[in-house]
Amino acid sequence: MTTENRADWPLYEVFVRSRNGLAHRHVGSLHAIDGTMAVEMARDVYCRRAEGVSVWVVPSASIVASDPAQKESMFEPMVSKVYRHPTFYEIPPDVKNI
Amino acid sequence: MERRAALFEYLLRLGDSCLVLGHRVSEWCGHAPELEEDIALANVALDLTGQADMLLGYAARIEGKGRDADALAFLRDAWDFRNLLLCERANGDFAHTIVRQFLFDAWQAELYAALARSTDAGLAGIAAKGVKEAQYHLRHSGEWVVRLGDGTDESHARAQAALDEFWPFTGEMFETDAVATELIAAGIAPDMTPVEAAWMRTVDDVLAQATLARPKSGWMQTGGSKGRHGEELGHLLATMQFLPRAYPGAKW
Repeated sequence: MTTENRADWPLYEVFVRSRNGLAHRHVGSLHAIDGTMAVEMARDVYCRRAEGVSVWVVPSASIVASDPAQKESMFEPMVSKVYRHPTFYEIPPDVKNI
Repeated sequence: MERRAALFEYLLRLGDSCLVLGHRVSEWCGHAPELEEDIALANVALDLTGQADMLLGYAARIEGKGRDADALAFLRDAWDFRNLLLCERANGDFAHTIVRQFLFDAWQAELYAALARSTDAGLAGIAAKGVKEAQYHLRHSGEWVVRLGDGTDESHARAQAALDEFWPFTGEMFETDAVATELIAAGIAPDMTPVEAAWMRTVDDVLAQATLARPKSGWMQTGGSKGRHGEELGHLLATMQFLPRAYPGAKW
């Protein structure tokens, strides 16, 4: 396989909804010539074993990501605030799946 | 012609076309221009091989001589194959593979849609299952034809060259001989006139988007349904049939 022309094909992030009612989940990425073809490629690369009922593709360049260098200020302040987790309640015995 | 014999012959035509084209497309596995397209082509090849398995399996049951799909696929020689000549043509470059696929997919999608209403329940069932695959294949090859035709000067030239080369092989898809006439009369096979009209609409629509010129329909190739094939089919069968012939009954 040739790789020199991969630079011409933009990268897309692929999101698949496995069942109606669930959210689309990020499953990976792929190169495609454009968005329409990316959906088709995603069908073959990520849905060939009946994994999904809906596919989204998003140009990877469109994703705005948090800066790993700012990880401490972004996320560490929350680590010490365990009271933000809903774990201080008595769960009635009849309530399941929590 | 006796109806059972006609149905057997007709199933061989459909099944052999799937089998031979499926094998051709599978030759791209590991060689496609992009990883993603490699997977897509392999999926198409597997779909076609699966359809061949169903069609040839049904043909073997109709024949009733104790053969099965494998015997038909692997133990017949080139002159017994009934595939469209288009299907056996060598892959050539990517544009050739895609244009060949597009011309075939547009035909198969229409034909299966019509066959899904066949009075023969077995054939209708296979067609109803296959039509969804065919429609997807058509979308994939059609999108590629548009992008190759309306792409760079080089991709346009290659796509047009492929179209010009394969166009004379499209007449075979709509031939109506004694076998077809017998089955059309029984409502088993569809009248090919509306199928051809629908095929042509699809082709024209995609070629217009692709800025490709539809070649003039002049002299058309023929012979596949009578077992008259090009040399290329023999080479394909030598590869495809080697293992079951060298190791009869091999299982894995």
